This record gives sequence, C-alpha cells and structure tokens, in this order.
Amino acid sequence: CCGPALAGGLQDQAEQFFRSGHTNNWAVLVCTSRFWFNYRHVANTLSVYRSVKRLGIPDSHIVLMLADDMACNPRNPKPATVFSHKNMELNVYGDDVEVDYRSYEVTVENFLRVLTGRIPPSTPRSKRLLSDDRSNILIYMTGHGGNGFLKFQDSEEITNVELADAFEQMWQKRRYNELLFIIDTCQGASMYERFYSPNIMALASSQVGEDSLSHQPDLAIGVHLMDRYTFYVLEFLEEIHPASQTNMNDLFQVCPKSLCVSTPGHRTDLFQRDPQNVLITDFFGSVRKVEITTETVSLDRDVAGFESKFPEEELATEPLKYAEQLPVAQIIHQKPKQKDWHPPGGFILGLWALIIMVFFKTYGIKHMKHVF
Amino acid sequence: QVQLVVPMAVVFGPGSVPGDLPRPLPFRDVQEMEISVNLRTSVTSRYEMLHRSTTGQEEAALAAATAREADAALHPLQDATLGSLTMYVVPETSSLLPQGINVYVGKHRSALVRAGGSLAALQARLREVAQVMSFTASSIAAALSDRVPDGQLSPDARRYLKSSLGYEITFSLLNPDPKSHTVDWDIEGAVNRYVKPVLDKLSLVANFSVDSQILYYAVLGVTPRYDKESSSFLLSAHSLPHVINPVEARLGSSAASLYPVLNFLLYVPERSHSPLYIQDKDGAPVSTNAFHSPRWGGIMVYNVEAPASPQASLPLHVDVDMARVMEVFLAQLRLLFGLSREEVPAEFLLESPGNEGLADWELDHLLWAHTVENIATVSTTLTSLAQLLDKIGNIVIKDDVASEVYRAVASVQSAVTELSLGHLHAAFQASKEAVTSSERAFFDPSLLHLLYFPDDQKFAIYIPLFLPMAVPILLSLAKIVRETRQPKKEPTKMD
Repeated sequence: CCGPALAGGLQDQAEQFFRSGHTNNWAVLVCTSRFWFNYRHVANTLSVYRSVKRLGIPDSHIVLMLADDMACNPRNPKPATVFSHKNMELNVYGDDVEVDYRSYEVTVENFLRVLTGRIPPSTPRSKRLLSDDRSNILIYMTGHGGNGFLKFQDSEEITNVELADAFEQMWQKRRYNELLFIIDTCQGASMYERFYSPNIMALASSQVGEDSLSHQPDLAIGVHLMDRYTFYVLEFLEEIHPASQTNMNDLFQVCPKSLCVSTPGHRTDLFQRDPQNVLITDFFGSVRKVEITTETVSLDRDVAGFESKFPEEELATEPLKYAEQLPVAQIIHQKPKQKDWHPPGGFILGLWALIIMVFFKTYGIKHMKHVF
Repeated sequence: QVQLVVPMAVVFGPGSVPGDLPRPLPFRDVQEMEISVNLRTSVTSRYEMLHRSTTGQEEAALAAATAREADAALHPLQDATLGSLTMYVVPETSSLLPQGINVYVGKHRSALVRAGGSLAALQARLREVAQVMSFTASSIAAALSDRVPDGQLSPDARRYLKSSLGYEITFSLLNPDPKSHTVDWDIEGAVNRYVKPVLDKLSLVANFSVDSQILYYAVLGVTPRYDKESSSFLLSAHSLPHVINPVEARLGSSAASLYPVLNFLLYVPERSHSPLYIQDKDGAPVSTNAFHSPRWGGIMVYNVEAPASPQASLPLHVDVDMARVMEVFLAQLRLLFGLSREEVPAEFLLESPGNEGLADWELDHLLWAHTVENIATVSTTLTSLAQLLDKIGNIVIKDDVASEVYRAVASVQSAVTELSLGHLHAAFQASKEAVTSSERAFFDPSLLHLLYFPDDQKFAIYIPLFLPMAVPILLSLAKIVRETRQPKKEPTKMD
C-alpha cells in the first residue's frame, strides 16, 4: 500500500531538490555599440530577444537596451529591418520589438541603475528591473570589449569591477535568485573574472587575449550580420521549446573552437546547483510553477452592499494643471547666472608656485624686470 | 535579538480544572521557545499566559448548545487586541465540541480546547493551538527565508507574496470565442459584495487597489486533449505551466503601479473546446477547475452549459455566477498570501470566516510573519548600505538620505520594542515605516557608486597629463637641491 506512494514521494523530493526555486524570469539584454558597422551587435541582441520571447518571457519582464540606429539608418538598404541570417532569411526587428532604453539612453550609468534599482522615481515601469528574491535573471551583453572592460557607445566603458560590485549590490538586496551572465565581446572572459556574489553563472565567447569573430557578411547589406558565438547559441536555442529538458552542460558545448575560432569560456564556481540540473528554460524561458487550487471559501450569497469599516476620505485635490514643461518666458528673459568665483584650489596654486620657483631659481631673479 | 510576545489568556471553564495545577488560579506563566534560523539569527517566542477561571458571563456563554454559538457569545467578552489569544478550556466530557474534535478555533481570536486529563497534556494541546493561531517555527523561517542556510529550506518554501506596502489586484475575463458566447459578468457588484469585505480586513496589512478588464480572442497557449470517456476536454497538470505566458503579454500588468500585481483570470472556453476540465497529477478532474501560480495569481475555467437544442442561436448569452467564481478567487488570494488550512491536525475544527474571507487569527498570522520579515529586511538593507558606504569612502550622503536612515533605525527599534511588549499592531506599523524609510534610503538615485571616482581612475586620468610636464620640473628641482647642498664655492677672485 505505501510502497509506490513512498517511492513517488521520495522521487518528488529528489526532483524538488534539483529544481530551481524561482517563480519568475527576467532578461536584461544590452547592446553596447552604435553606428552602422556594428550592425552585428544589434542583430545579436535582437536575436536573443526573439528567442527569449518565444520561450515565454513577456515584454514586461525584458529590459532591452539598444542604440536602435540600424533599422532606420540611411545606410540600410532594407529599411525597418535587421537581419540575422545572410540572404535575409530572418528579420529579427519585426513588428513588436519593445526597446526600453534606446540611443543615447544606453549608458553605463543607466545600465547600473537598472541593475541596482537606484532609479529616479519618475522612471516608467517598463524601464525598471522589478525582480525579487525569486527571480532568475538572464543578462546578455554584446559589443566591443577588452581585458577587463566593455565599451559603451564609443564614449565610456564599464569595468569588470563595477559590474561585479553591481551584482553584489543586487545580491545584498536579494534582487535575484539566480543569474546567468552571457557576454559576446572580445576577451569576454575577463568580464566575469571578478564576480564574487553567489548564484551567478557566466558564459563568455572568448578568453582573455582572444578576439571574438563575426560570422558572415551579407553582400547586399554590406556588413557582418552576426557574431559567431551568438549565432551558434541561437542555432542551439532554436531547438529548445518551453517544455524541453536540455540542461546547461549542452550550452557550454556550443561553439567549439573549430566553429568559433575563439575559445568560449564559462564560470560555474559561484553557482550552487550542478549545471547538469539547470534547465535552459530556467533562464531563457518562463516556466511558471503552478499549484492546483483545492480549497474554496464559502461565501454567503445573500449579502447586501458592503459598508467599509474605513470609509475612504475624499482628499481635497487641486484641479490638475498641465505642468509647465519649458518655462519659455523665464528662459528668454533670464540674465546669465552669476557664477560664484572660487579662488584657485590648492593643487593648482601649488603647481604654479612650483613652476615659478623653478623658473626663477634656474634663470635668476634678475629676469623679473624683463617680465614687468 | 527579536522577541515575539503573545499575550494569552487560558480560561478554565467549570469542571475543567486539572488536578495538578502548580498554583491556585489565577496565576501567570511564561513559556519561551527559541526559534533558531541560522547561527546568528534567532527569534524567541514568548507566550505570556494568564490562567484564570471563568467569570459568570463566560460560564453562561459556554453553556450554549454549539461551539459556534459559544464562540459568538464569548466574543464581546474577550480582549480583542491584535496578537492576543484567548483559550477556553472545557471539560473532557463536554458536548460543546463534537466527537473526536479536541479543539475548536473560532473566527476571532479565541479557541475552545478540551481538557486532556493532566496539566501536561493540556499544556501540550494549548501550545499547539497557540502556534497554529499565531506563528510556527516554519512560518518564521519562511519569513526569514533569505537567512536560512541553503539546503535547509526546500525551494518550494516561501513562495508566498513578500511583504509589500500595497498590492494591485486585477480581475480579467478571457473570452476567446465572442462569436459563440456573449459573457456578462457583474464584476463591480461582485467586488463590492464579496471582495471588498476581505480587502477591508486585509487593509491593515497593505493598501489594495482593484481593477478589472475583459479580453477578447485571448487563447490559452495549450491545446486541450479530448477525452472520449467523459466527452470533455482535459488540460493535464503538466501543461498548466505553459498556459500563463501567452496570456500574460496581453494582460497589461506592466502599466499598473509599482506594487506587485495579482492577476485573477476567468477563462470561458470556446464552443469547440467545451466543456474543459483541469486534471491534477493523478488524472482526476479538479473540483474547483482552477489553478494558481505563486506570486502571480490564479486562473479559473468557467464552463458554459451546452444549449438545450443544437439549433440555439449563437452567440449564447452567459451570465457568470459571480459568487461561485469569487469563492475560488478568494481562496486563491488566501493561498497566495500563505493562509492555508490544510496543515492543521485532524482533531482541530476551524470555523469558517464567512464573507470576511479570513479569521482574525489568520490576520494575526500574516501580521506576525510580515513584521518579522520587515524587521529582517530593514536590518539587511541598512547593513548593506553601511558596507557600501565603507567601501566607497568619498560618497556623498545627502541630508534626506541621512534622515531616512535615522528614521529607519528609530522605527525598527520601536518595532522590536513593541514586539517585546506584545503590541502587534504598533509593531507592524513601525516595521512598515522602517521598511519604507530604509528602501528610500537604499534606493536613492544619488548613491550610484559609479558617480564617485575610484582611485585607480584618478591615477589613470591625471598621470598621462602631468607626468610629461613634471619631468623637467623635477629634474630642475633635483639640480637646485644638488647646488644648494654643495659647499659654497670660494668666491672667484674679482680683480
């Protein structure tokens, strides 16, 4: 009588032990380059975005940061498209791309604000990462990188120390349950070297000292369409459907050196579970845990209207006015603001004193009369 | 550390006083227990029990015919502050409690307990009742889930909603087949009659806002299987997780407030897929025809009866029985908050709370868990904020951030004090204030560590600028020093 039930119970427990404890999934997809010749980075990010949406993560849980200057670029021979396969097989831009941070909003500061949650209160909900301690987050970054840094939009960079600190801030506030970090740049492995927070798994397209190469140019469009590592990761993800049981070890084998030319790397020492037991859909898809509802509340149907114990107070609100966005009258008639004069600081003073002293010591004080 | 004090009164009805009382009534007794969460965190629970005998009015109330009437009569005679408990002990042979039932838990904050012969048995039973009605070691551990060492807490524990200042509830009606069904649901009326009383009771815990919507042509992501035996369509348990995602994109939950959103969906299946039943893991159809997902919400499938004659004109008009629907949705709401009645021992009889949705002691249960969770969150937040400020020495703390931190510290101290005095309401309010202040301080946009230069960046910028310029200066300085050090040369002879 108890035999099969007991075995079933034990198996359930074993399953539970290996399963992840997350209840929701988020994805932060960042393309850190702009300009037409970096087409492939945008195509990389959009392809990952497509896969993640296909596997179930809704737009409200995806923070997509792109320079978004490809589809409507004057150099694009096929406007409003971004292709990821040559011969224009797959348009990853499509009709329902929801870019949350576009163009000049993709900065290191905004990226770190999204991760740590230190966002100004006026930010709309779609631009926030509202994860909690039961969220599995996928972070995908692509662009140009170097040993220990990643270049953002050709004007600033983020170092691996800052990234590791941001993840630690997220861990302190329990903003993630488990985190998967994928990076496709040159010397990508240097970016995950400094991580020290628990429950992070990282994959990179190349080791320190190696460059990640692009995959295939399209002669009609005139640029390279995708990077090799992401291309093969995408081919791998095409086989995954929401119910598949493929695990992370297979993802580590994607793109061997023969195909990728660079050596992809991964880091799992901070991760608690064995990668064998981590499903791809734990991060790329959004498989909810559901429970059958077996209880009901018994309601008395003949109840009349309800008088609340705490009557809502009618707050006396002022009539709403349209906020003045740009006080034109003030700006036009404004006098230039008097900037307070500060005496030169100690460093500059000291430097100048040093220079003057050396000059006159070397050449003699009698030269002063030539100056004045 | 944190001490949770529960003021309790143990009232002995006539004929129920055990023979081996240590002291004559009335007397006070204290039971302390330590709930250790990890090596450094532990919570002490302290039940301060006042043992006394019944007053005349209470005796009259206990002479009622059923336990429910007795409970209703005793309610005005009790101390009804949040967090307190009253246990009435009835004789072993009393007929007030049905056969086989030893404990009756009312819908307020009292219970009727059958005497167990000796004092020890009675105390064991009282302890069990007190834990069910206030907090258990596992509920405290679940509230402090991020401090429990990994491996001890199963991944399925603590999937209840986290303590938040507010929640947004959205009721959605999904009609994938408007050509066949015109569905009318009186959601406003249903919310006023059934949902508002529950939310009113929960208004102590958080602010709730309710909205509703109707979605047309929204299909489930899964095709149900046709079962010939029952001539109905079945959704198996393992296909349920894939149902939610295609619908979620259309729910518009991201346009709502920043509070966690709970979605309750009512799905009216298409004519071609009716009737649709949900199967559980063993293949049996689920009586409620509903399922829920932790921290997200619930879905119920509402089957429309086939029309009497096959030539009935489409679309069929459907009037949704809102009471039946709300019974399931409110049960799901309770389960999402973690108020389940399934783990209670068999000898307990729990009074149904009726239209209020949850009993007073269940509200207390929630408040205990949330207060402990809030206090733990505040201390973690402030500690990590302090660590951040230590690491980045030149960060600038604005005045309002500093005042929020002070306020958070003061509030959390007052919360701990109130808990040790047994004032649950005051402790909960203080812990809510503490959480608000600490979150505001921690997530202040000015604390971004990027804005403050690390030392190596300072070197990296200034050295290439100043080093080339400094080379001749330093060499000249060196020459000066050498010159002044040499013994003064003899003045050359001047002729």
